[in-house]
Amino acid sequence: MKAPKRDIAIIGVGTTKYGEHWNYSLKDLITEAGIRAIEDAKISGNDIELIVGGSMSSGMFVGQEHTGALFADYMGLNPKPAIRTEAACASSSVALRVGCMAIASGMHDCVAIGGAEKMTDVYGSQATTALAGAMDRDNEAYFGLTFPGVYAMMAKRHMHQYGTTREQLSLVAVKNHSNAMHNPYAQYHKKISVDDVMRSPLVADPLRLLDCSPIADGAACIIIVPAESARKYTDTPIYIRASVQASDTLGMYMRHDITTINANIQAAKLAYQMAGVKPAGIDVAEVHDCFTINEIISCEDLGFCKKGAGGKMVQEGETQIGSRIPVNTSGGLKAKGHPVGATGAGQIVELVKQLRGDAGKRQVDGAETALAHNVGGSGSTVAIHILSRNRGKVC
Amino acid sequence: MNKNKGMIMTVGYGAYIPRWRIKSSSIAEIWGSDKERTNNLVGEKSVCSLDEDAATMAVEAGKSALARAGINPKKIGAVYVGSESHPYVVKSTSSIVAEALDATPELTAADLEFACKAGTAAIQIVMGLIESGRIKYGLAIGSDTAQGRPGDELEHTAASGAAAFILGNHDILAKIQDTYSYTTDTPDFWRREGEEFPRHGGRFTGEPAYFTHVLSATRGLLEKTGTTVEDYDHFVFHQPNVKFPMKAAKTLSIPPEKVMPGMLVAKIGNTYSASTLLALSAVLDIAKPGENVLVTSFGSGAGSDSFSMTVTDLIPEKRKLAPLVKDMITVKEYLGYAQYVKFRNKLKGVVR
Amino acid sequence: MEEKAVAFHWRAFRERYGLVGSRCELCGRHFFPGRVICPACRRKGKMSEHRFSGKGRVYSFTVVRTPPTGFEIFIPYLMAIVELEEGARVVSQLVDCKPEEVQIGMSVEACFRKIREQNNSGLVLYGFKFRPVK
Repeated sequence: MKAPKRDIAIIGVGTTKYGEHWNYSLKDLITEAGIRAIEDAKISGNDIELIVGGSMSSGMFVGQEHTGALFADYMGLNPKPAIRTEAACASSSVALRVGCMAIASGMHDCVAIGGAEKMTDVYGSQATTALAGAMDRDNEAYFGLTFPGVYAMMAKRHMHQYGTTREQLSLVAVKNHSNAMHNPYAQYHKKISVDDVMRSPLVADPLRLLDCSPIADGAACIIIVPAESARKYTDTPIYIRASVQASDTLGMYMRHDITTINANIQAAKLAYQMAGVKPAGIDVAEVHDCFTINEIISCEDLGFCKKGAGGKMVQEGETQIGSRIPVNTSGGLKAKGHPVGATGAGQIVELVKQLRGDAGKRQVDGAETALAHNVGGSGSTVAIHILSRNRGKVC
Repeated sequence: MNKNKGMIMTVGYGAYIPRWRIKSSSIAEIWGSDKERTNNLVGEKSVCSLDEDAATMAVEAGKSALARAGINPKKIGAVYVGSESHPYVVKSTSSIVAEALDATPELTAADLEFACKAGTAAIQIVMGLIESGRIKYGLAIGSDTAQGRPGDELEHTAASGAAAFILGNHDILAKIQDTYSYTTDTPDFWRREGEEFPRHGGRFTGEPAYFTHVLSATRGLLEKTGTTVEDYDHFVFHQPNVKFPMKAAKTLSIPPEKVMPGMLVAKIGNTYSASTLLALSAVLDIAKPGENVLVTSFGSGAGSDSFSMTVTDLIPEKRKLAPLVKDMITVKEYLGYAQYVKFRNKLKGVVR
Repeated sequence: MEEKAVAFHWRAFRERYGLVGSRCELCGRHFFPGRVICPACRRKGKMSEHRFSGKGRVYSFTVVRTPPTGFEIFIPYLMAIVELEEGARVVSQLVDCKPEEVQIGMSVEACFRKIREQNNSGLVLYGFKFRPVK
């Protein structure tokens, strides 16, 4: 992979609140997020040349395919070209990467990146079945494995190999709920304790309800332009210093070591290289905590701590706001919500606010460089973006 | 090694009994039946798991039979599965079993039904195909997860199990000397298409049904083969409950100790199409080389198939190659009536 | 997910009934399910069919308590990653044992069971599950 031919900057972001939006359809969600992003970017809809929207399964959730066309139409952007990208829960960070490539190629000068999911129009078991499409349908889901079951087995193995404790998993959820208290767009505004996590019902042993990110509806939108024209639109452009993606087996079960995600490691290596940054140079990160165990595993894979030390890191408070490497200041997928297709874009929205200094009570002081980590399925797709206030290389 | 042309031999046998049990008293409690009376029918019976059926049990029994036979499954020329609880009414169990055991595609197959004697009927059909030279090896299976009507006496006895027999001409562990059958139209127990549970003729299932056919077939076999009761070391009878086979034995002047090794019903109930064949498997698990076994099945509707067999000296080695019936009987876990009803799908409105 | 028609399931019968996968004759690695291309050797590799012995060990496991459609009656059920003795891994249900009896490293063997039914009128879907070896 080579560096983009043109640098890319983010000039506007917008998001809906995540939650059970009984009154909102998929169209309503994307329209709200899109309008907020356009207003934040202070552009006109006419300026947008391409729409790239991520949605994992509008088909199985609301029976709608051709979601790109839906995005363009309902945002009033016909006849601009629109596509949907799909990489399970990484759908919209992959959308961002595609948008970056469109700008880097010189073919487009303003791209709207969207992410949206409407998950509450189906029954619980139907949602479980739809989400199982992120796994290996024929060889994992067919036999009765669910998505929480996949991560539960990774957790069991991580506990077996590294002594990660049940309490350490709970502390991830506790931290993220605490962070979400200061995020008006989060689904939950409720502090929880380790006891609360332990009292919540088992979903797939050892994971409990409060280890699992919730089903939610939501959408987020990002406007990107070539870096050289960013200052025409805003005084606080946020530069995309790396936009990287890697793949791993569809089925988690066949990986050599299920306590690590190879796509995390490969994508991170490339991202740090492209951005010219080391893990210690990241001031704030959004890490894909679809289940608490994944925040632990991924922090290790991203180089924030040694392999196996992820549990200890959260136990010692190193990922709190104000500490060494604040993780999931937005509340993470756990407390902010996880409308799967929207999540990647939503992580970027949070990090842009952090880098602009607009994150209110959850602000990480002096944040200059941020990392967004988005996973599809059990790690079959990983997309990492490194954002910075600075356009040049950072040591 | 004997290689008598024209004689059919059992090359492999296998049994499968699911691990779940329910005590007769647990059923009696719910329905207010007299516990002593129902305990005298059967002490406890086997119950298949939620994910088991006549096909899955037939496959497990078939795998054990293949392990003992030591043959390449592709050489099996015919598969017949007898049951009164085939998973489909139309779509053969035999083809599922043939696929799972890797016997496909060059073989013939069909499903059989003749109440509890479908398994022995399968053996007779396979015998015919081998004797005529049409196939080299054949697989005959009796497998059932038959249902008992809630509150009916038969709910105490209707159980789950399977037994498989591979017949052929080499490496025999039991020679089938001859077979004799007795069949009449006697509707003692039946189930109409679309009905979930069978009906039966009450006391009519005794003398005019079970005893007439079992005794006639056994006597017919003895006469045909010119043998007497004294010539046999073991007797296996179909076992709908504890009383019937013992009474048949007494009528034929068979000493009880020659029947006991094959009496499984008190511990596992009536496994319908598998009943006689499971009992025969239990006998083959302990029989000594050279011993003679007389087997008589009974299927309601009605008919009995009787066989005269001689165990060979290959039996001690062959039986070790797969699980023994007594071991499967002792591995058990009890269900209460509520769990039993969930397992056996007797609840309304359950989402499948 | 709407129930698929017959071919979707039928195509996998042999693989699921018999635990049939493939082996790369060049590098010796085993795969389940069978693959056309060896990920290590790519087009240089030569794949042949392999019927697994069915013996293996538990690599990891969980108890599923929130079911996908079709599995509601089985809740709660044990799922495991089983490492087959040939080296390949499979995902499968564990049967004939309680969750407290299961340990990573435990020996298991394959058995033939119903996976689920396509409601009362559709197909009965069969496949392999694993039970502890005594």
